Amino acid sequence: MNAAYDELQWPRLANGYGVPYGVFTDQACFAREQSRIFRGPIWSFVGLDIEVPNAGDFKTTYVGAIPVILTRDRDGELHGLENRCAHRGALVCRELRGNQPRLSCVYHQWTYDLRGRLLGVPFRGGIGGRGGMPADFNPSEHNLTALRVAVLHGLVFVTFSMDAPPLAEYLGTMVVASIARLCARPLCLLGYQRQYMHGNWKLYAENTRDPYHASLLHLFHNTFGLYRSSQTGACLMDDSHRHTMLYTKAATSDAAVDQAVYKDVRSYDTSYKLADASLLAGRAEFDDGITLVILSVFPNLVVQQIANTLAVRQIVTHGVEGFELVWTHFGYADDDAALRAMRLKQANLIGPAGLVSMEDAEAVAIVQRAIGQASSASSYIAMGGGRAEDAEHLVTEGAIIGFWQAYRQVMDPLAP
Amino acid sequence: MNFLELSPSELQFAVEQLLARYVQCIDDDRLEAWPDFFATPCEYRIVARENAERGLPLATFSCDSHGMLVDRVISLRHANIYEPHRYRHLVSSTVLGAVSAERVQARSHYAVFRTRSNGVSEVYSVGTYDDDIVSAAGALRFRRKLVTFDTNRIDSLLVTPL
Repeated sequence: MNAAYDELQWPRLANGYGVPYGVFTDQACFAREQSRIFRGPIWSFVGLDIEVPNAGDFKTTYVGAIPVILTRDRDGELHGLENRCAHRGALVCRELRGNQPRLSCVYHQWTYDLRGRLLGVPFRGGIGGRGGMPADFNPSEHNLTALRVAVLHGLVFVTFSMDAPPLAEYLGTMVVASIARLCARPLCLLGYQRQYMHGNWKLYAENTRDPYHASLLHLFHNTFGLYRSSQTGACLMDDSHRHTMLYTKAATSDAAVDQAVYKDVRSYDTSYKLADASLLAGRAEFDDGITLVILSVFPNLVVQQIANTLAVRQIVTHGVEGFELVWTHFGYADDDAALRAMRLKQANLIGPAGLVSMEDAEAVAIVQRAIGQASSASSYIAMGGGRAEDAEHLVTEGAIIGFWQAYRQVMDPLAP
Repeated sequence: MNFLELSPSELQFAVEQLLARYVQCIDDDRLEAWPDFFATPCEYRIVARENAERGLPLATFSCDSHGMLVDRVISLRHANIYEPHRYRHLVSSTVLGAVSAERVQARSHYAVFRTRSNGVSEVYSVGTYDDDIVSAAGALRFRRKLVTFDTNRIDSLLVTPL
């Protein structure tokens, strides 16, 4: 069982890092991730608390590939439940969201309260003295599987494991501070986007820890001047190297310098001007001058600020070769009308139709297509020095290496 | 043109011709001409039915000026990276709504098949068009075009307009 992960050959390179492609293609590796990461001592993101504001509200989502339910009970408390009836395994909630006083499985109407406790079983006493459950049947032994739930500034995380450390400790001070910067005010839900990417979910984990690609793949950035690798920025990790914060400050690069550093780069053309520049007429919101933040939280969350767009992206691992990215856009409850309108206009920048983000789906897909029959070959990652180190610049892949070291630690805690 | 002077069948025919020319412009990759199907001012929005039904304001793709339509075309020609593909739109069940002298509303169903470079055609998006149509500069044009998609999980990306 799970032999394939143990058989992966991770190259030992003097001047870089290599990831064996089998980690993106092997079914047994995927199965081990579901048990060691998504059912393991790891916190996964499941949504914003404003998605379930009222008693009885629920939403269905996934932790990895495992269906789960997020509910709010009559006391206002949030609960995370595995969406699998304790009787014969059916989905208990089949809708994306709703409001119910109780959760009832349609198959045999076993009914649970919003905390997942079994309330009732039809025909428990039989009919006319015949049938029914055994006399020693104890409903309290047949509740839905409950997850631990923790909320940080409106972001809801769950874990199946009693061994996971407290959420703030798991996230570390860098992530907690970065989430606080973006989410400490009351949030307002703007809407969803759902995007299916044809590749392994870890290709996206790499992608969101990779400032190197941003100005080379996402040419809208260059073409219209949003992001250049010559800008002030940094790529930082938490102590565990699981999580990465990438940030930049716009308007900190020099046109003459940019021409020099990009002189050999395909399609570096700044001659295009937007016919309607209102798309980029954003408003400075933060005193620190930071205009772009990509906060990648292991294993399934990206929190982002790009200009005036704010969003969380949740990774749902549908299978070894495909995942869904659920984008939840938000603003602040006290946004004025002009700022609200700007966030909605700048939503054109991100998501599946995002002018600066759509290419990630193509990048993920073309890697997956190329590596399918190359499970023993490996990548070569060395930009910035080839070690898992923070960088006060944007020409680095150090955080990708940090991710892989942390991933291997979770997948095989006894490994050297 | 005064829409009230047209018979119902003449108006239906004119609207369906506009829709047919619009989708053939996209499907034939004449996207530089696509913004001209819109009047000035104009609004073009592609929204998920999930958001529309809940009253959430987010659009996946939105333009509130002719310039923004042009910018989308420039971006997809010169900046965005995506797998080459071709659309084939089918538009049907067009029902006219409110008609005034200078405006007609229409609701239609659409389905878009996408064919990528591997030669496989797949259903890419299905949904509805809600159109506000005016006569401007000698032709019928969209004052407002709202594309509401049922295909909630977008396959890979959305770069070519619907």
